[in-house]
Amino acid sequence: MKLPKDASEALSGHWLKWLLVAFIDIALLYVITLMYAQGETAFAMVILVLGSIGTWVFTSEKCYSFRYIYPSLLGVIMFVVFPLIYTVNIAFTNYSSTNLLTQDRVKQVHLQKTYTSGAEKFGFKLYQSGDNYQLQLINKNDKSQSFATDAFQFTDVTQTLTADLQQSEEQPEGQKLPLKKVIKLRNSLKAISVQTPEGNSLVMTSLREFGAMAPLYREGSDGELISNKDGSILKPDFEQGYYVDQNGETVSPGFTVYIGWDNFTRVLTDPGIQGPFLTIFIWTLVYAGLSVLFTLVVGLLLACLVQWEPLKESGIYRVFLILPYAVPAFISILIFRGLFNQNFGEINMVLNALFGIQPEWFTNEFLAKTMILIVNSWLGYPYMMILCMGLLKAIPEDLYEASAIDGANPLHNLRHITVPMIIKPLTPLLIASFAFNFNNFVMINLLTNGGPNLIDATTPAGATDILVSYTFRIAFGSTGQDFGLASAIAGLIFLLVGLIAWANMKATRSLQEH
Amino acid sequence: MAMVQPRNLKYRVWAARLFLIAFVCMIMFPFLMIISVSLRSGNFATGSLIPENISLEHWALALGFNWTSADGTIIEPTFPVLSWLWNSVKVSVVTSSLILLLSTTGAYAFARFRFRFKQGLLESMMVLQMFPAVLALVAFYTIFDKLGNFIPWLGLNTHGALVLSYLGGVTMNIWLIKGYFESIDNALEESAAIDGATPWQAFRHILLPLSVPILAVVFILSFIGVIGEYPVASVLLQDVDKLTLAVGSKQYLNPQNYLWGDFAAAAVLTGLPITVIFLTAQRYLVSGLTSGGVKG
Repeated sequence: MKLPKDASEALSGHWLKWLLVAFIDIALLYVITLMYAQGETAFAMVILVLGSIGTWVFTSEKCYSFRYIYPSLLGVIMFVVFPLIYTVNIAFTNYSSTNLLTQDRVKQVHLQKTYTSGAEKFGFKLYQSGDNYQLQLINKNDKSQSFATDAFQFTDVTQTLTADLQQSEEQPEGQKLPLKKVIKLRNSLKAISVQTPEGNSLVMTSLREFGAMAPLYREGSDGELISNKDGSILKPDFEQGYYVDQNGETVSPGFTVYIGWDNFTRVLTDPGIQGPFLTIFIWTLVYAGLSVLFTLVVGLLLACLVQWEPLKESGIYRVFLILPYAVPAFISILIFRGLFNQNFGEINMVLNALFGIQPEWFTNEFLAKTMILIVNSWLGYPYMMILCMGLLKAIPEDLYEASAIDGANPLHNLRHITVPMIIKPLTPLLIASFAFNFNNFVMINLLTNGGPNLIDATTPAGATDILVSYTFRIAFGSTGQDFGLASAIAGLIFLLVGLIAWANMKATRSLQEH
Repeated sequence: MAMVQPRNLKYRVWAARLFLIAFVCMIMFPFLMIISVSLRSGNFATGSLIPENISLEHWALALGFNWTSADGTIIEPTFPVLSWLWNSVKVSVVTSSLILLLSTTGAYAFARFRFRFKQGLLESMMVLQMFPAVLALVAFYTIFDKLGNFIPWLGLNTHGALVLSYLGGVTMNIWLIKGYFESIDNALEESAAIDGATPWQAFRHILLPLSVPILAVVFILSFIGVIGEYPVASVLLQDVDKLTLAVGSKQYLNPQNYLWGDFAAAAVLTGLPITVIFLTAQRYLVSGLTSGGVKG
């Protein structure tokens, strides 16, 4: 076995490697412990597993090849595989804007709730001198009794001040602030609690008053919460993900719990979701299919023309024809959104001048769908043209010679030579294009945002929504964000995409066999 | 050149030429229109394709200057277009560099080494690539929300999180680089190995300098891809100052605040450099796209 020329250098490099691995592992272990301690078991596990595999790969001689692959695999596992698995996991929970927190956090929220307990009420005055403030509290029932706090400054965090009994004629330093300024400071004032000499804790109860506050709930046995106000009992309900009182009423906020297949059954049986889901699913297929068809037809036609030898200046056309592909899609789609605008859009102006019509591109269902297909064909044909140009070059010239001798016209050539020659290598690419359009979220979200809206839907759904944009609106729309339901639909889309991917693999394999 | 020519060739050439010119005009209409709109004054102005009165109002606003209109009121720029552009460029450059770093070594191993699971790994990465990130947006949102509790600069509303979320997109690049590595004869590396070079040294000192062109192509490809990425960025970023171009541009065409003219100037200003980069690199990109696709 040959030794590297500079053995000592190699040795020190080895030593450095171990140090680096040890350092990274210690840092990771710290993060893992931290995450585990805060209850993020899933994250801690993922990092633990990936970290250990990484350590093994980079220290064992057996895995030499994997040292090169591991970094890229890490990217794929952490940012493709893990999010996919995590989505499926969320699909089985009721995670939504109403059930956002863990049960532990919700319990804390309830325990932090307070209510005005005592009858004692204090009017307050706020004095300012420079950066320092002072509060004066005057008992409403006994005006002669008043307290003043020490000088303090407003901070963002909650602070507790102590107040001392005042002599009647004593006044705090500085300027008394008018109500307008007090209103401006109200959020900072709310964070303040004042401790009186008797041991009462006072907080701001209204813009003019401080009053005694007590926590609304205390912890009972069995995870129950007992109200200090009226003695009623809240019990956590792990079926619904809410605390429930004796009458069975839920108390917000809710917490996240696993609810089994509920989200999936909702998609398949709830008429307010199932109806729009089917409509949207069919439109998604139509949209993706027609997009592929139109771009292919236009692209193939243009590719044939541009590659046609008698046309000498075709290079110029080629640059212009590729332009829609070169401009970033988010810009072109938004340009079209403006051009198609019903009142100010340039397209309607042209149509109005020529035919006297002003189509409602965004409110009429059929026109909105037409518009989307027009824009998508405009955006997508250059890709097909580029692909077809490459494939057309590979067709032997003498085939066309022979057909010309037989007196065939261009249409015959297209049908009997060009299409049969390119369809086989094109199939996997067409499937990939179908898959791309199937999930072409940017197009729908930027152009119509799914509108016009469907009427009979309980979740936000539009006539031009495709499955992914529908999912997006359920999860991140302006009304009732339902992450669980969105993930369930995403899970169903996974199956469809998997199906398309499988078809693509088959088409590619059959191509490679030839 | 075909030997047999139909008699009416001349007419056919002219028909094709006219068709192509008409088609190009149709394709160019939106672009010309947007340039024209960016030079009109006001956001609701209408007019012909060639504007009669050229106003630089929207361009001044897009470049971040105040604009004094004819009646003396001062209009301030509504959106920080230039910082959006800077955000986009920053995120794209960092992401593309990291992706290049991750995929080059991977491609080397796939091209040159023999090891277990090689074919399986490649194929499963290819299948996974077909699941777009838009399907896992809820997961991304939650993951980075929680991650932000431990590492603040990787939480929601940070560019760090955005860069990280893009690192899964290495598969296509591995394919491209792998294809290029395979086209390079490995005689040089073998002779280096005989002289005692480790595989890493052969990779670092021989293969890498030979592969600069494909590395440039992959960099530009992923740069363009990241600049145009919309779904993940729209979920992860919230502050107006932190948005990328793709997310920010949409704000102009809000039905409540419709700024068509301002959008036009911003679109031309930011779209032009990206388009030029694409057209310059087009030849390499096209061959990369088609070869990668056909082999895929």
